[in-house]
Amino acid sequence: MRAIITVVGKDKVGIIAAISSLLAENNVNILDISQTIMQGFFTMIMLVDLQGAKLKFSDLKELLKKKGEEIGVDINMQHEDLFNSINRI
Amino acid sequence: MFTSQEIIETINMVKQNNLDIRTITVGISLFDCVSESPQIFIDNIKKKIANYAGSLREVSNEIEDMFGLPIVNRRIALTPIFLLTYSFSYDDLIKVAIAIDDIAKEIGVDLIGGYSAAVHKSYDEKTKKFISSIPEALAQTERLCSSVDVGTTRSGINLDVIKHLGYIIKEIAFKTKDKDSFGCARFVVFANAPDDNPFMAGAFHGVAEGDSAVNVGISGPGVVKRALEEKKDASIEEIYETIKKMAFKITRAGQLVLKYASERLNIPMGIVDLSLAPTPKVGDSIAEILEEMGIEKVGGYGTTFALAILNDAVKKGGSMAASFTGGLSGTFIPVSEDCGMVKGVEAGALSLEKLEAMTSVCSVGLDMFVVPGDTEPEVISGLIADEIAIGVYNNKTTAVRIIPAYGKKEGDEVNFGGLLGRAKVMKINRFSPYKLINRGGRVPPPIISLRN
Repeated sequence: MRAIITVVGKDKVGIIAAISSLLAENNVNILDISQTIMQGFFTMIMLVDLQGAKLKFSDLKELLKKKGEEIGVDINMQHEDLFNSINRI
Repeated sequence: MFTSQEIIETINMVKQNNLDIRTITVGISLFDCVSESPQIFIDNIKKKIANYAGSLREVSNEIEDMFGLPIVNRRIALTPIFLLTYSFSYDDLIKVAIAIDDIAKEIGVDLIGGYSAAVHKSYDEKTKKFISSIPEALAQTERLCSSVDVGTTRSGINLDVIKHLGYIIKEIAFKTKDKDSFGCARFVVFANAPDDNPFMAGAFHGVAEGDSAVNVGISGPGVVKRALEEKKDASIEEIYETIKKMAFKITRAGQLVLKYASERLNIPMGIVDLSLAPTPKVGDSIAEILEEMGIEKVGGYGTTFALAILNDAVKKGGSMAASFTGGLSGTFIPVSEDCGMVKGVEAGALSLEKLEAMTSVCSVGLDMFVVPGDTEPEVISGLIADEIAIGVYNNKTTAVRIIPAYGKKEGDEVNFGGLLGRAKVMKINRFSPYKLINRGGRVPPPIISLRN
C-alpha cells in the first residue's frame, strides 16, 4: 500500500529529519519527496510505501499526527488511491 | 507521482470546501426473514441486519481514516416492510418498527429506511392498515424512515392514497409535536421511487436488488462553489465545464469509497448516487452555488435556469466517474438542510411556488420545508398531487417531505438540529383543493407511458 504524506506549517530546522527518522524507525520507505514554500508556509509532500511498515495505517497516522504537534506542523497521511481516483482517469 | 498542485487541490477539497461522502447505505433484502409469526419475523430481521451491516460503522470509520475523507452517515435500506407483513396486525407492525429502530441503534447506524409501501395502483385494506401505522411507527422510533410511492409514469397516480396522506402527515406532525413535528422529516411521498436510493427518508431495498448491495451517495456543493468562485467573469459554457469537471472528481471519490466499502463489507457494489447533497454548514450549500452563478438571492428569477444547468452538468460529469449510477442522481434542494435556502426564505426571495418550479428540473422534489401547523390536510394533499404530477408527467422521480409543524405559524422558526438543520415556517396558499382531492380514484397513466 502506498500513501501520500503532507506536511504543512511554519518553516524551521529539522522538519524533514524528524519525519523521515520516524518513518525509518517504522520501516516505511520514502519513494518520492518534494518540498516548497507556498504562501509563506512550508509544504512537503511525500509518497511512501507502507508494505513493510511495522504499524498499521491508523496507528502510523496517529503517530505522525503527534509528531506534527510536537514540532509545530500539520501532518496528514492518506491512501494514494484517493489522489489516483480524483486526478487520474 | 502527482504534482504538488494536484495534491494540494485534493486536500483542500476536503479540508476547506467540505468534500465528503454523504452516506454509505447498505441495502438488505428481508424476503428470507418472512414468517407468519411477528416474533419470529422480528428475530429473523434483527439477526440478518446485524449479520450484514454489523460492521458498517467500523468499516466506514476505517475508510474515512484511510482517505482522510469524512463519511457523514451510515445507513441501512430494507425491503419495503409492507411487502413482508400483510398478515400482521397494527400492533405487530408497530413492534416491527420498534425492533428495526432498536437494531439501528445497536449497530450504530444513523438512519434505517424501508418502512415503506408502493401503492400507485391498488389501495386495499391491507395497504390502508400499513399506511395508517406510519404515524405511530415514526412516533415510537428515532432512526426509522418511511416512504410511500403514490404514482409512477407507467401506472398513473393513486388519488385515494394522496387524499389519505394529507391526514397521515398531519397525524405524524401531531404525534411528534414535542420535537417540532420531527417525525415528518422521516417520511417522504414519492413518484417514480428508485429501488436503489441511498438517501433518506426515501431509501428502501427494491425487490430486484438481490440479497444485498452497498450504495454510496456523494456530496460536495462546497467544492463546486469554490471552483466557480474562480470563474467570476466566465461565460455560461465555462461555468458548465467547471461544474462537470468538479462533479467528475467528487464522483470518483464516491466510486472509490464504494469499492472499498464493498470489499470490506463483503457485499456487492450497488450504485453511486450522483447527487450534490447540502448540509446546514455555510460553504456546503446548493443555494450558494446558484448565487455564485449570478443570482442575487436563491428564488429570484433565473434560479430554475441555473439549477437546471447545475443539475445537468453534475450528471454529465459524474456519469463518467461511476461504474453504475442510480438512486436519485440529481441536485437536492431541501430547505432546512441548506443554510442558503433558509436565507432565501428569510429574505422573501424563495417561495413555495418557486421551490415547486425548481423541482421540475432536479431530483428530489419539495423537501424539508415547514408550513403552518394548521394547514388543512386537503391542502397538503393538493400540494403532494401537484408535485407528483410533475414527476409522473415528466417521467422523473419527485418527492414531497413536508413538515406542517404543530402549533407553529408562518414566520416561526423550527430547529431539528444536526444534518436536518433549521427553517422558518413558509407561507402556504390556503385556497382549498378539497373537492378535487375528495373525488378520489386512480389517474390513468400518461400518454408518455405507452412507449412500446
